[in-house]
Amino acid sequence: MEFTLLIVAVPLLMFFVLGLAGGKMSHRAAGVAGTLGMAVAAVLSYAAAFRYFFAEGKVDGVFQEIIPISVEWLRFSDKLHIDLGVLLDPISVMMLVVITTVSLMVHVYSLAYMHGEKGFQRYYALLSLFSFSMLGLVVATNIFQMYIFWELVGVSSYSLIGFYYTKPSAVSASKKAFIVTRFADLGFLVGILLLSYYTGTFDFGLLTGDKASLVLESTAGLSFMGVSVASWAMALVFAGGAGKSAMFPLHIWLPDAMEGPTPVSALIHAATMVVAGVYLVARLFPVYYFAAPDVLAMVGYVGAFTALFAAVIAVTQTDIKRVLAFSTISQIAYMMVALSVSGYGGHDGLGYMASMFHLFTHAFFKALLFLGAGSVIHAVHSNEMGDMGSLRKHMPITHITFLIACLSIAGIVPFSGFFSKDEILAAAFHHNQLLFAVLWVVAGLTAFYMFRLYFNIFWGKAKTYDGRHAPHESPLAMSIPLLFLALLTCATGFIPFSQFVSGDGAPFATHTEGNIALAGTLAALAGILAATRLYRKGGERPAKIAASLGGLYRATLRKFYLDEVWLFITKKVIFRYFSDPIAWFDKHVIDGSMNGIGWATQQLSSSVKVFQNGKVQFYAFVFVAGTFVIAIWALFL
Amino acid sequence: MELSSNLLIFYLLAAFIVASAILAVASKRIMRAATYLLFVLVGTAGLYLMLNYHFLAAVQLSVYAGGILILFLFAIFLTNPKGDAAEPHDRRRVVMGIAASLCGAAVAGFIILKQFFLYPIPDTAIGDHEVSMKVIGTALMGTGKFQYLLPFEALSVLLLACIIGGILIARKS
Amino acid sequence: MIPMNHYLVVSTILFFVGIYGFIARKNMLAVLISIELVLNAVEINFSVFNRYLYPERLEGMFFSLFGIAISAAETAVAIAIIINVYRNVQNIDIRSIDKLKG
Repeated sequence: MEFTLLIVAVPLLMFFVLGLAGGKMSHRAAGVAGTLGMAVAAVLSYAAAFRYFFAEGKVDGVFQEIIPISVEWLRFSDKLHIDLGVLLDPISVMMLVVITTVSLMVHVYSLAYMHGEKGFQRYYALLSLFSFSMLGLVVATNIFQMYIFWELVGVSSYSLIGFYYTKPSAVSASKKAFIVTRFADLGFLVGILLLSYYTGTFDFGLLTGDKASLVLESTAGLSFMGVSVASWAMALVFAGGAGKSAMFPLHIWLPDAMEGPTPVSALIHAATMVVAGVYLVARLFPVYYFAAPDVLAMVGYVGAFTALFAAVIAVTQTDIKRVLAFSTISQIAYMMVALSVSGYGGHDGLGYMASMFHLFTHAFFKALLFLGAGSVIHAVHSNEMGDMGSLRKHMPITHITFLIACLSIAGIVPFSGFFSKDEILAAAFHHNQLLFAVLWVVAGLTAFYMFRLYFNIFWGKAKTYDGRHAPHESPLAMSIPLLFLALLTCATGFIPFSQFVSGDGAPFATHTEGNIALAGTLAALAGILAATRLYRKGGERPAKIAASLGGLYRATLRKFYLDEVWLFITKKVIFRYFSDPIAWFDKHVIDGSMNGIGWATQQLSSSVKVFQNGKVQFYAFVFVAGTFVIAIWALFL
Repeated sequence: MELSSNLLIFYLLAAFIVASAILAVASKRIMRAATYLLFVLVGTAGLYLMLNYHFLAAVQLSVYAGGILILFLFAIFLTNPKGDAAEPHDRRRVVMGIAASLCGAAVAGFIILKQFFLYPIPDTAIGDHEVSMKVIGTALMGTGKFQYLLPFEALSVLLLACIIGGILIARKS
Repeated sequence: MIPMNHYLVVSTILFFVGIYGFIARKNMLAVLISIELVLNAVEINFSVFNRYLYPERLEGMFFSLFGIAISAAETAVAIAIIINVYRNVQNIDIRSIDKLKG
């Protein structure tokens, strides 16, 4: 399985080729090269997945971790060292498939979407870098390698979100994304250090193996402020995951990340950055489950709150990409909740499997939604719902594929979202009724806001577009990814996922529980019906309801003023009470001492300067005088 | 008494040299300064003769007095179109120069006289003979220990470089 | 035989007279003349030490010899420079060339 290294290496190679030589290439050559590179990686990951799941991965009915390549990179002490390697287990192989597929679709789609943009080559180079970082992250053999790629993901997303770097809003959005996730990563890093300090290893296999006994034993009896050290470490690690996965209250960067090109949003939201946090928790799941169950419960509540919170906000947003962004937050939070309600091994591990399953299906239908939204934006040159309406006649392919994705995310049989969401609801139902209730409400809300979006774009008031800007169906390079992803959205639900992915590697059987499936479907249908009544024909009714809700509506529209809260905290509290004194100290003490040294040097040199007056005879005089002094000193002292 | 007549000649020579040197630096007219320099150089050749370095004395006369002095004269003529104008002294510089040279001379003289009184060097007649031309020629042209073919050749290259450099610097651009 | 110190006193006076000239004179040629005086003093010292301390050897004398040759070379170059300066600033006052750089 050594060839899996190529999956990671090819995008890196493409990044260097496109990054260094891209300026010399034509747009078409650069785009095709990047796409071909990603296609190679995708084919290789399909081969890897096939060989892993059907040939080499399973030993005695249990999926094993395979580490085909591992190189020691840095050694800190006898025990502690950072390796770079490739780790294959069910979730990493699944992630390889997801990432390369979505990334390939985005590459193809961008050929048309970004056509003629300035910096086309740079765009493809950055896409390759982004894919490389994410692929490296999922195959990491140890937590430190993961951290390295984690930061790479942050950097490459920063440069992609800020792709239109001449636009101030894009620049500030990219900075926001970078700073917020970087802030969260600080927690991650401290968590890693805590964990490795006590266990003496970074290795995932050692950390999670044998029911996380290593973590349990090495931190036994240690606690800080009434919470065990293991819980502290895992909570800090989760903070990093929450940053990348946009959990409340660190979700604020994600809606702004819309400033990047739309295909990039598809990549960030579907397959890469935001699922990194879920993947991290899944990767360390045994540690959470056995060593820090309290943190795992917290993950569940944070996730449930985020899911509800984001879904409520999504209902009122008018920017279609923003609606999708909040739906992403909500769905990612779904996965987090699923992880937290999971047990370990057998049917108890349903939540874990459901989380990964939802990650898998969500990647495809969310990519489809974003690419469809991109197609719409491409056609009408606007992000606002108000500028759209009755597009179904103009853009049939986009319309149908978008509808499929909406049905899927709403959880309607037989689309993939139904199956994964049903598993999550079932897992939550058996574990924690409160979380189940929240998720059930969120399911209804999801259906509602997705169909609000759908009707507003494709139905609604008959809108007239003047001839020059008449929307038209997107070119083939954009339709093909849409169709392909729609196909995946229809098909992936039928994969018997529990046969491949589970917390402990052993396959188990699942069955659809009729009443839960019914409850979920009912919620979805209720949401869809409500949206149909309100938005299909357009009209004044939604505005009236909004007006009757008054302050609540405005608060939701303003995203519950969370951005303002953060601004207040940073500007009024942190800047004033921390940054300003530090800046003062820096300016007056640090700079002051440096300036003082400079001033002293200047004074000294201007007093010495008279000796360098260019008069040779004066030099000779000084020379003789110096010799005289030395001679006197040698003679008499 | 041979010794005392030698000493007398030496004192005359020394007085001549010192007086000429002082006049050379004190003279306001550059042409006179050059002439006094010639006297100093000739006097120095006399000192070499008293030391029985006849070859050195000959070189001193031919190179210094014959060559370098002529160069000086050329330069003076070339750079003083108005004739040999007097050059007024700058009081500050004179004070500085006198101070520096008196201090230095005091220290050097102190050392010399201290040596003279504390450890008088015995007046040995050893080596008080003329160095033959053959010895000098062999030493200059030989490659063994204490022989000087390499410095000699290096010097010839230096002189060549100076000729070329002098032409380059002084020629009209 | 004349005592060695006599020679040394003469050369010392010669040397410091040269130093005085170097510091005090404004005419570049006069400065050069002073340099010649200093060199002469040094060469006298070389010869004297050779004759009095190591009469059986010849290093001091050859140093003087080479010193004479080198001073000849140095004078040639210095005079070339002085002539060039004169051509540029129409005098040979040493104060007219005290600009560092340029």
